Amino acid sequence: MEKEIILETIDLSAAYGDNWVVKSVNLAVPYNKVIAIMGPSGCGKSTFIRCLNRMHELLPGTKIKGQVLLEGENIFDLPPTTVRRRIGMVFQRPNPFPTMSIYDNVLAGYILRGEKLSRAERDEIVETSLKKAFLWDEVKDSLHKRGTFLSGGQQQRLCIARALAMRPDILLLDEPTSALDPKAQAMIEELITQLKETVSIVLVTHNRAQAARVSDYTAFMYLGEIVEIGPTPQMFTAPKDPRTEEYLTGKFG
Amino acid sequence: MSTRARRIKDRIFKATILSLSLLTLLPLLLILITIISKGYSAISLDFFTKLPTPPGDPGGGILNSIVGSLLLIAIAVVISVPTGVGLGLYLSETRGPWASLVEILINTLQGIPSIVVGILAYLWIVKPLGGFSALSGGVALAIIMLPTVARATQETLIRLPTSLKEAGLSLGASYTRTIWKVILPSAMPGILSGVLLGVARIAGETAPLLFTAFGNPYLNLNPLKPVDAVPLLVFNYAMSPYSDWHQKAWGASLVLMVFILGINITIRKGPWKRR
Ligand SMILES: Nc1ncnc2c1ncn2[C@@H]1O[C@H](COP(=O)(O)OP(=O)(O)OP(=O)(O)O)[C@@H](O)[C@H]1O
Ligand SMILES: [Mg+2]
Repeated sequence: MEKEIILETIDLSAAYGDNWVVKSVNLAVPYNKVIAIMGPSGCGKSTFIRCLNRMHELLPGTKIKGQVLLEGENIFDLPPTTVRRRIGMVFQRPNPFPTMSIYDNVLAGYILRGEKLSRAERDEIVETSLKKAFLWDEVKDSLHKRGTFLSGGQQQRLCIARALAMRPDILLLDEPTSALDPKAQAMIEELITQLKETVSIVLVTHNRAQAARVSDYTAFMYLGEIVEIGPTPQMFTAPKDPRTEEYLTGKFG
Repeated sequence: MSTRARRIKDRIFKATILSLSLLTLLPLLLILITIISKGYSAISLDFFTKLPTPPGDPGGGILNSIVGSLLLIAIAVVISVPTGVGLGLYLSETRGPWASLVEILINTLQGIPSIVVGILAYLWIVKPLGGFSALSGGVALAIIMLPTVARATQETLIRLPTSLKEAGLSLGASYTRTIWKVILPSAMPGILSGVLLGVARIAGETAPLLFTAFGNPYLNLNPLKPVDAVPLLVFNYAMSPYSDWHQKAWGASLVLMVFILGINITIRKGPWKRR
């Protein structure tokens, strides 16, 4: 069992000021699986996953209690930049760097961290990352154009490529398709199911069908607590907690 | 109210607005026309490439003051851009009593009469160095344009989406590198406009130069020696008894006006602007 878990939270709580919005969450993320976190708006999903790569603590006045173990090491004992390099994140709204070309956007992590790469390494990383993000064919002839000229869905895949370029162990996706049209959404879902061969994925989503389609496990979060977690098919057919059932059948949220 | 009545009301309203804006435009146009009509006859190639002739001798140009103005502006930019951008960055990134204090000071600085800034530069630089200099004039101008640069930087940075900074940090970049490589480059158009606005503001400043840059009928590129400036030349020539110099003062005013107009058009049309 031990070996199958890449990331584990232990009694993780998070607050804005004195408002604790994540309460004693225990959650294990297995290697090469997609774990979906669902729950009504404002229940603390974003806050929770932003603790996992130490983004939560960047806001003034925030607090965190508990541990997050990344392959057994508490991330709060590691430098935040190391944690964030190993745990990538894709946000709800695509946010490519407007001043950079598509090529540089993919390499942004290396450029920003000041990690030097040879020309061949750069080309290789750009190509494989864009291929993994299903974007290569669409942009291979315009790599040196600005990323902001792309469509919303393409921009989001560029952001995924940018995260993948760092070869992270884990990818955190916070409602990555909610700002996109259905076609772009379908493409990213397809992409997620392929990506789990190389990374473990934590996906926050409001979209029940999406969770059902792409995730291996689903966690249901309510008022800052994980109410229930289990294999996705089981969560959708036979939830144990009445609140999960109510949410999944669309009674609230 | 019928559609017809509404349409008439609409017309009247539009006509009022139009005539009011023409009314405010009128003095401006008058200024432009006066400067152009009085100044254009002074303009020739010599005007830009020759040094002044002794009073009474015809010909000559204002090369000394054009070069002097450029030197003064360069010094002011070199000093005010790093400090102004730094202050703007500080104000956009920090909250608290210190930041509020700095913001109040910058706003106050904006309201200090430029002649007072000139006196300060005289006390701080001219006196210790024992003479008038381009440096002291440049410092005075830098102080005058600093608030403009700082405010423009602050306002541009505040308007940048936080998602940009988050994107940088989430890739494992340090805060400093995220600021340098993501935030400041993204804010560049706004910062550049602010710098140009500041340059437009100081290009015509005369008072603070009276006892700093002082004026110089010869060409000078040494920052530790006095230099002339176009507005300073306008002032000195206009006060002189020679009609040839009056003519040249108008010509110099025209040059200055075109320069400032050019800057404002650049800010508007900014070739660096995206979208
Ligand atoms: N920057 C902030 N400052 C203070 N409170 C915040 C902040 N961000 C979120 N909160 C509060 O924390 C709670 C959890 O917010 P969070 O964004 O984690 O919810 P969520 O589950 O991601 O919601 P959604 O589905 O709408 O994205 C909410 O009650 C919200 O009001
Ligand atoms: Mg959220």
